[in-house]
Amino acid sequence: MKRQQMYFRMISASLLRRRSRMLVALLAVTIGATILSGLVTIYYDVPRQMGAQFRSYGANMIFTAAADSDGLTTDQVERASALIDAEDLVGLAPYRYESVRINERPVIAAGTDMAGAQSTSPYWFVTGEWPSGDGEALIGKAVSNTYRLGPGDTLTAQYVPEHAADAEEVEPIERTFKVTGVLDTGGSEEEYLFISLADMAALTGVDDRLDVAELSVSGGQPKLEEYAEAIAAGVPEVTPRLVKRVTQSENTVLKKLQALVLLVTVIVLLLTMICVSTTMMAVVSERRKEIGLRKALGASDNSIIMEFMGEGLLLGGIGGLLGSGLGFAFAQMVSRNVFNSSITFQPLLLPATIVVSILVTGLACLSPVRSATDVDPALVLKGE
Amino acid sequence: MSLLEVKNISKVYPGLKALDNVSLTVNEGEWVAIMGPSGSGKSTMMNIIGCMDKPTSGEVLLDGVDIAKESNKNLTNIRRDKIGLIFQQFHLVNYLTAVENVMVAQYYHSLPDEKEAMEALGRVGLAERAKHLPSQLSGGEQQRVCVARALINHPQLVLADEPTGNLDETNENIVLDLFRQLHREGTTLIVVTHDPEVAEAAQRTIVLEHGRLVKEIINENFVS
Ligand SMILES: Nc1ncnc2c1ncn2[C@@H]1O[C@H](COP(=O)(O)OP(=O)(O)O)[C@@H](O)[C@H]1O
Ligand SMILES: [Mg+2]
Repeated sequence: MKRQQMYFRMISASLLRRRSRMLVALLAVTIGATILSGLVTIYYDVPRQMGAQFRSYGANMIFTAAADSDGLTTDQVERASALIDAEDLVGLAPYRYESVRINERPVIAAGTDMAGAQSTSPYWFVTGEWPSGDGEALIGKAVSNTYRLGPGDTLTAQYVPEHAADAEEVEPIERTFKVTGVLDTGGSEEEYLFISLADMAALTGVDDRLDVAELSVSGGQPKLEEYAEAIAAGVPEVTPRLVKRVTQSENTVLKKLQALVLLVTVIVLLLTMICVSTTMMAVVSERRKEIGLRKALGASDNSIIMEFMGEGLLLGGIGGLLGSGLGFAFAQMVSRNVFNSSITFQPLLLPATIVVSILVTGLACLSPVRSATDVDPALVLKGE
Repeated sequence: MSLLEVKNISKVYPGLKALDNVSLTVNEGEWVAIMGPSGSGKSTMMNIIGCMDKPTSGEVLLDGVDIAKESNKNLTNIRRDKIGLIFQQFHLVNYLTAVENVMVAQYYHSLPDEKEAMEALGRVGLAERAKHLPSQLSGGEQQRVCVARALINHPQLVLADEPTGNLDETNENIVLDLFRQLHREGTTLIVVTHDPEVAEAAQRTIVLEHGRLVKEIINENFVS
């Protein structure tokens, strides 16, 4: 038999047949590795996904009416957006806001192009379906709660046309909508009622009037600024605005989140190290007789170090393997519950977690293992 | 030819002389017993001969080498190559099976050889118990595993410190029979014991008292 075979037989027997002792250390390594791989996954994957959504598809340009006019027209928006290269224009959603009444209570209705809204706000979460035609409505979560409405229900919206103060009372206009979905965004959109622009025109009796248009344009900041300048010059009725603040604050939040994750990871690694080190200290001291015996049988200090290190490193490897699997499950759970997105498994993270676990356990074992060589066989093997 | 020559060794602990000017010569193939009351310095003497401790003064020639002057590292190598140890408390590795415990001695000495280790266990009558852990073996069986471990590397000198101290009479006789076999094969044996019966199995007995060699008895009835 080769020496290495006996070596592995000894260290694996020590881990397997002394389970209860080593389980504590294994638990520490596994928990450490789980949190490590889980947090690293979150660290890389979630910003990647959220960033992709916000930067490539989210609205990053807004058209409003020039200061002296009272609203945009479809024609103006079309002329302005024509100045953006077709392949750079990812999405365009026109909006018209009016106050309407449902059950005598005021609600803001937003007329829009549903497909456009979907492309400029891909992170909107709809329970049910997006409206697919006129006479259908998407309601915000707050509206849904207030009126106890859900997909399949109908609602009646009333619009009271504006009139001169001294005029006699005017008949309100009423329209009935079928609710197809409930909107969940975490923002003020949850208080709105979304209908098509045609329905909005029918409800208000006023056609072709827009308040804003949200655009999602790809390309870097310089390119966006170029487009904005061209539009301001080419279509003076439209005021283009770049919505830097949204993406920037989004980035700041992500950076802070990442820093926090990094900090927690480092702390967890330190705690793991302390725990493994303490356990190994206990392991070495309860095995002083065995160490003395091995020395009496002719083991050199190096052999003793190799054997205990081997046990520690094997433990690190097993813990790392378990931890990278559990860590992925942990990250997936966090991602689904907190960020509403699922993550893909990073194959590289498996060897990386195992290597880091082995390094951390190795480091933690250094001083306990060194103390193992101090054992004096004559003293520990003494009778009585 | 003498294998071991202990010349005027003393071992001094603060306020105590554990060994006081002891000399002893053991020839190759000889079987010597060391007797004496508790605390008389028997284990101290065995540890020095077994290269696990050094005398405060004096010379210890093992196979012509003065082990009192060797470095700890060399002592480890000498112990590994020349000496087989048997203890009162057995000292088996508790998570290794009987045969694996024997193989540990091979591992540090040269190459582990499971077949040879099984043969050694067969010699001490434990072939069937080879895959058992120490906790599954009786005291007598554990001590027989230790004997197998001590002889696996064919040491020139076997040192046994109270080998039968924890055994009943049946197992004591089994171990003594194993010693007789080793002696017939030419192995040099030094056995520390309290038990006059165990001492009488040897060719010669020396008696220690307060660290001094006080008596030497030749066993006239020795049968090999
Ligand atoms: N490491 C030590 N430090 C101090 N005193 C010791 C040490 N080892 C042994 N002694 C003392 O030396 C004496 C001889 O001990 P030992 O050789 O173990 O006796 P025996 O084996 O004959 O019972 C005892 O009094 C013991 O207390
Ligand atoms: Mg003793």
